[in-house]
Amino acid sequence: MSDTTISKEEVAHVASLAKLAFNDDELVQFTTQLGDILNIFNTLAEVNTDDVQPTYSVTKNVNHLRNDIANNWEQKQELLSNAPLSSAGLIKVPAILDGEGE
Amino acid sequence: MTINYFEKDIIALNKALANKEITATEVTEATLNNIDKVDNKLNAFIITNPEEALKQAKVIDDKQDFSHLLTGIPLALKDNLSTKGIQTTGASHILEGFKPVYDATVVEKLSQAGAISVGKANMDEFAMGGSTETSYYKTTANAWDQTKVPGGSSGGSAAAVAAGLVPFALGSDTGGSIRQPAAFNGIVGMKPTYGRVSRWGLFAMASSLDQVGPFTRKVLDNAQVLNTIAGFDEKDSTSSNEEVPDFTSKLTGDVKGLKIAVPKEYFGEGIDSKVAATVKAAIAQLEAMGATVDEVSLPHTKYGVAAYYIIMASEASSNLQRYDGVRYGYRADDVKNLEDLYIKTRSEGFGDEVKRRIMLGTFSLSAGAYDAFFKKAAKIRTLLIEDFNKVFADYDVIVGPTAPTVAYGIGEEVDDPTAMYLADVLTIPVNLAGLPGLSVNAGFVDGLPVGLQIIGKPFDEATVYQTGYAFEQASRLFETLPDLAKDY
Repeated sequence: MSDTTISKEEVAHVASLAKLAFNDDELVQFTTQLGDILNIFNTLAEVNTDDVQPTYSVTKNVNHLRNDIANNWEQKQELLSNAPLSSAGLIKVPAILDGEGE
Repeated sequence: MTINYFEKDIIALNKALANKEITATEVTEATLNNIDKVDNKLNAFIITNPEEALKQAKVIDDKQDFSHLLTGIPLALKDNLSTKGIQTTGASHILEGFKPVYDATVVEKLSQAGAISVGKANMDEFAMGGSTETSYYKTTANAWDQTKVPGGSSGGSAAAVAAGLVPFALGSDTGGSIRQPAAFNGIVGMKPTYGRVSRWGLFAMASSLDQVGPFTRKVLDNAQVLNTIAGFDEKDSTSSNEEVPDFTSKLTGDVKGLKIAVPKEYFGEGIDSKVAATVKAAIAQLEAMGATVDEVSLPHTKYGVAAYYIIMASEASSNLQRYDGVRYGYRADDVKNLEDLYIKTRSEGFGDEVKRRIMLGTFSLSAGAYDAFFKKAAKIRTLLIEDFNKVFADYDVIVGPTAPTVAYGIGEEVDDPTAMYLADVLTIPVNLAGLPGLSVNAGFVDGLPVGLQIIGKPFDEATVYQTGYAFEQASRLFETLPDLAKDY
């Protein structure tokens, strides 16, 4: 199996998936650093895991059922006061589509 | 009045409070004064909260009920633990000014016990780092040598306790972030079993690995804090309903017949020879006290770093999607539309280490890499767990170094991410397997502390503490104090 590597174009693509923007210098730096780290990741290919089940969590506790009682209704003002911009009791964001106005 | 946490442990403080020798208000004021006087050398705190702390102290003094050991005892909280109405940033620019609307469960439990949080401790941004240098706000120094890093990511919590600013602190540990700074600062740090302590209100980094745990100068104090914060919480579905025992129950100083396993891989390549010698001397001490010691093998140890960084980064890239500039924290200016707001806010709000991990995680989960990386790492995780299970079939605890080196110089490694990642090799497997792990001081190399790591079976923190306590009481290394102690 050949080792996984990453190109500058792929780094730019991953950045767009992750909602991050890099300038050209940053892109070069991240490509080098991510490449070095992928070299460490590639060592896993040495291990035969054909008959091994993956572990995604070490606990058997995934869901605990409880009564559906709402007890945090009084937080609206505190929540809104953390928002960078709010208006009429709602969080305000810029236009979803390009263009004039809101 | 002045107070000195090198002389008074939690039991002594509790006695003094119950006997009215001091009041909770005096203790709180003295602690805040110490921080004012000493923290300019350390930068352990992002903020202190004197107003809230003194208000709580007054309530405690009015009530005069010191039946809980932690009542009136000051502490520091890592800044990724939510505190209602008090700024909590995770040391990130993106959460500057954020005031949570609820307390983390561990914060609520300590508050109900009457413990008094005096401030929020510095850390690596979103707990990503091993030196506390990735914090947006400040660089924290080591309590023993202010030119050295305090370790990380819970470096502020560890330095604050080691410097005697507070008698205890809470941190979080995803891949070593409690144990390694405890080692670098010569104190006691416990990463409990996954599920032992509620994660509700802890900023999520890697949800299958994160745990909250205590820092103290001594093992007995540590076990007492864990007694208070452990237990099932309906707000964290992964918290365990296993019975919580008294974690001090086995602190007798006796380790006769205890079966200790020493993995040969923990003394392999990359481990500083003086660190290895110090830890081996500590193990010899435990053997001289009547424990049996055998060398064992954990053959997949060297793959732990790769498996961990894939799993951690994947989970973190997903968890950190919530920071988008809409509901709280930093929001970028001059944006064209909502998509632009997300991208600009995240690009300006996150530091480089956080971006690196988001990128690694997003890549590891992407269509072309999922099987080769994410799923492969999850399979390696199974093999690492099986390694531990085999050893624990015959042994009570596994013992080795906590970190490959002592604390290094500030600025020395922060620009070399791969070197930083590889330094986590000894702590990471414990998180991947969900086991409890403790670091206690094993001795000193060139004046800097060395960590002895003690790893236990799931939910057997009591035996881990037993081992650490026996060594601590025999070695009495806690009597050696950092130079900062002279400032009190």
